[in-house]
Amino acid sequence: MSLGSRDSPWPHEQMKLAARKRNLLLRARMVQSIRAFFIERGYLEIDTPQLISAPAPEVHIEAISAGGRYLQTSPELCMKRLLASGFPKIFQISRCFRAGERGDLHLPEFSLLEWYRTGIDYKDLMNECEALILFLSRRLSGGETIEYRGRGIDFKNPWERVSVETAFDQYASISLQRALDKGCYDKVMVEEIEPNLGVVRPTFLYDYPATLSALARLKPGNEALAERFEIYISGLELANGFSELNDPVEQRARFERELQIRAAEGKETYPMPERFLRSLEHMPDAAGIALGVDRLAMLFSGTLKIDEVVPFTPEEV
Amino acid sequence: MYSASDLKRGLKIQIDNEPYVVTEFQFSKPGKGQSLYRCKLKNMITGVIIDPTYRSGDTFQPADLAERKMQYLYNQEDEYWFMDVENYEQSVLSAEQVGDAKNYLTDNLEVEILFFGERPIGITLPNFVDLTVTKADPWVKGDSVAGDTKPVTLETGYVLRVPPFVEEGGKITIDTRTGEYVTRVKG
Repeated sequence: MSLGSRDSPWPHEQMKLAARKRNLLLRARMVQSIRAFFIERGYLEIDTPQLISAPAPEVHIEAISAGGRYLQTSPELCMKRLLASGFPKIFQISRCFRAGERGDLHLPEFSLLEWYRTGIDYKDLMNECEALILFLSRRLSGGETIEYRGRGIDFKNPWERVSVETAFDQYASISLQRALDKGCYDKVMVEEIEPNLGVVRPTFLYDYPATLSALARLKPGNEALAERFEIYISGLELANGFSELNDPVEQRARFERELQIRAAEGKETYPMPERFLRSLEHMPDAAGIALGVDRLAMLFSGTLKIDEVVPFTPEEV
Repeated sequence: MYSASDLKRGLKIQIDNEPYVVTEFQFSKPGKGQSLYRCKLKNMITGVIIDPTYRSGDTFQPADLAERKMQYLYNQEDEYWFMDVENYEQSVLSAEQVGDAKNYLTDNLEVEILFFGERPIGITLPNFVDLTVTKADPWVKGDSVAGDTKPVTLETGYVLRVPPFVEEGGKITIDTRTGEYVTRVKG
């Protein structure tokens, strides 16, 4: 019997896991370092339930139902309820679930690091992101630079900051407004803009169209934009953060709009997250962010497929 | 009917009444945006490659493809004629559609012909075929060391390299997937 032959599944599995072992060890060190960073900064680690009664209704996020409830698509709503109840600095590393997302950068079951802090806005949060990634880089790669996709990335701050509108002007064949009008925003973003982001140092892409930001605060003085940003490193989208919307009336209207679009597209509609909406009127100004732990492990381990940083993919369990 | 989430390498779909096979596939989803399915598709008739991006909600017809067991009859210039072993209907493929398979076609060989609707578009050979050697230099014992090969010509006109002990008039087995010699046929 030869290694990996059809009669002997074990050696094949052992070989595959041996190849992933280096990445899994790095991932474990990375997660431990993330905890060290936030604990050092006075954040409280919390665990909110993964099984919830109502996910945040967003047009393009598909929840998986389980036993009459839903597996969380993100811990965002529960974490904001904590912000509203006297927990000003919190972080969580949790498993999230989104149906239909599978590719080189996607697993339907994946890990998000989320952290929230009262009294800051999205620009303050960008600075904290720079500090976190620099801290991890020093710990994991022993320096302030890494190599990914054959190119050096320098994590020293400040990182590049580009507004979404400027990125369209710089890299796309069409303006932001025309892309939104023609309904090709996502396609242009993926094909023309993302490959140019974060190639020498990380990029914050910021000030997103308000219609693409269901839970973010609008920009004072320009209500067409939301105070939302994403981090890109070597074209890889890593995190999504924003100044939190804390107006329950406005939030309900946005959720209703998202649910209407879902219904019009023939998608499943979710119950309104009433408890979250009730708590929102007590939530102080705050900013928060979700960062893909699997993708961060890809960056630090230099791997191109998300499969390489988990012990088992959905196809393997 | 397939939906965008069914897309994967090897899936065969129909676009503008032509069959396509998915040769490359990438799932993308910009933050909070819609799912995008970036594909490379190969036209199964012309070989032309296109690279469309599909979205969730897009749907596709499965390509109307079927394989039929047929016997090779003969070729006339650019036309290769086959006959259905069940209903004796005859079909023709062009030399281009037959491609390298012509090296292995002998009278009455049973093959699978791929049909798109009523239209024959491709051929699948058995993995192994036996062919007669029509031209080979004689082997002189001691003339060559083990591992040497010599060129021979087969009844189909196909020329390949074989071990020196293969003789003119003998039969050999060829792997049609690689075009290489497998063994001598005894008897």
